Amino acid sequence: MPITISEKTIKSDFIEKVKKLSGQNIHKCFQCGTCGGACPMSGQLATLPRKIMRMAQFGLENEVAESKTFWTCASCHSCSVTCPRGIDLAKVMEALRQLSLRKNVNYVEPSKLPSETVKEMPQIAMVSCFRKMTS
Amino acid sequence: MKISYYPGCTLKTKAKNLEDAALASMAALEVDFEELPRWNCCGAVHSLADDDLIHHVAPVRDLIRAMERGSDKVVTLCSMCYNTLARANLLMRDDEVKRKTINDFMDEEKDYHGEVEVVHFLNFLRDEVGWDKLRSKIKVPLEGLKLAPYYGCTLLRPKNVSIEPPGHPKIFREFLEVLGARVIDFAASTLCCGSYQILANPEAAETVAATILEGGINSGAEALVLSCPLCEFNLSKKQGDLLQKNMLSQEVPTYYFTQLLAIALGLGGEVCRFDLNDKISAELLKSKSLPSCDQAILT
Ligand code: SF4
Ligand code: SF4
Repeated sequence: MPITISEKTIKSDFIEKVKKLSGQNIHKCFQCGTCGGACPMSGQLATLPRKIMRMAQFGLENEVAESKTFWTCASCHSCSVTCPRGIDLAKVMEALRQLSLRKNVNYVEPSKLPSETVKEMPQIAMVSCFRKMTS
Repeated sequence: MKISYYPGCTLKTKAKNLEDAALASMAALEVDFEELPRWNCCGAVHSLADDDLIHHVAPVRDLIRAMERGSDKVVTLCSMCYNTLARANLLMRDDEVKRKTINDFMDEEKDYHGEVEVVHFLNFLRDEVGWDKLRSKIKVPLEGLKLAPYYGCTLLRPKNVSIEPPGHPKIFREFLEVLGARVIDFAASTLCCGSYQILANPEAAETVAATILEGGINSGAEALVLSCPLCEFNLSKKQGDLLQKNMLSQEVPTYYFTQLLAIALGLGGEVCRFDLNDKISAELLKSKSLPSCDQAILT
């Protein structure tokens, strides 16, 4: 699928929102891919963190949202501690999650979880998951 | 010096085996710990969005409770609680603007500026008790046990709350060596266990959990040693599913580090609540003639 980069996407307020929410200058990313190498989820990701950074730099909000990468992120901070440009990528992933969640969409619906799952899970699993995946 | 102990929610239910063994060990080491008389859930994860201050209120309240008791340290056992409390503490210490907003918001609480230090129990054992004193208290050395320490994420990342200077962590190795075990380092010891993705994207979490477990046994370890109830869930409780899906070649025993401490201190199997571990974990101890749990649970 071709990705269209236009003046409209580059000037969209998406870039500013990501920068503000994450507190990170996403334009510092020079596409080395170290983050993806460190990411435990990279085998499950159709779009690696490096690509997400590039898309974000160009303001490609829809493409980033469709990637689902930030929903698979476990906030492990492996990328953040290895990025040679000092970008805290875990914060960028959080910003992307928040931009979706703040449209009032939950990625995980607590009320729909099977009761056996709720019963067996340690509290920290549920609390952390709901914190990351519900609005 | 008064030391407060912050247990966190999971240690009062699913991870009683992490807590009970620790409390018995603290008593045996004559450490004067006191559980915070009032505490709330720390929130399990640190809020990473720059404008989200409300979620820092929960951990900061816990830190204020410790400060009110005159504690200069609050000790935690659970890796996630450690991380969340330690990060909230640094935020209150270092970020003047956010600190003011949070303190103003909690108008009925005392202002907090990061007065208390958040310490993980492993660091407490090394720095306050000391390896030499601990070694002198060992009654049942874990001889013959080949153990792989698993750090996971939250004890080591991000760098500003790492329980050791970033690089090659060795505190867990030192601890297990003091207990008399043979320590096996393995590459996946700092890989993420999948964390909360076990709920949202279970396949992704299971894949990394299997990688860690296979990494441990392929390095020659007989068991993995943990400090986090979420790691324990993904790496131990989910093993049945992993075996069924052919993602794992064999069952792998796991222990909380506090259980092994209690055993080595000669406190017996009872305080360790091995009934909450997988059966194979108790069986391995038994096969090494170490205390585990009563026969009824094993058979
Ligand atoms: S490691 Fe840093 S600089 Fe390299 S691709 Fe990832 S975000 Fe960009
Ligand atoms: S924080 Fe998220 S994106 Fe970064 S390495 Fe961990 S799982 Fe991957």
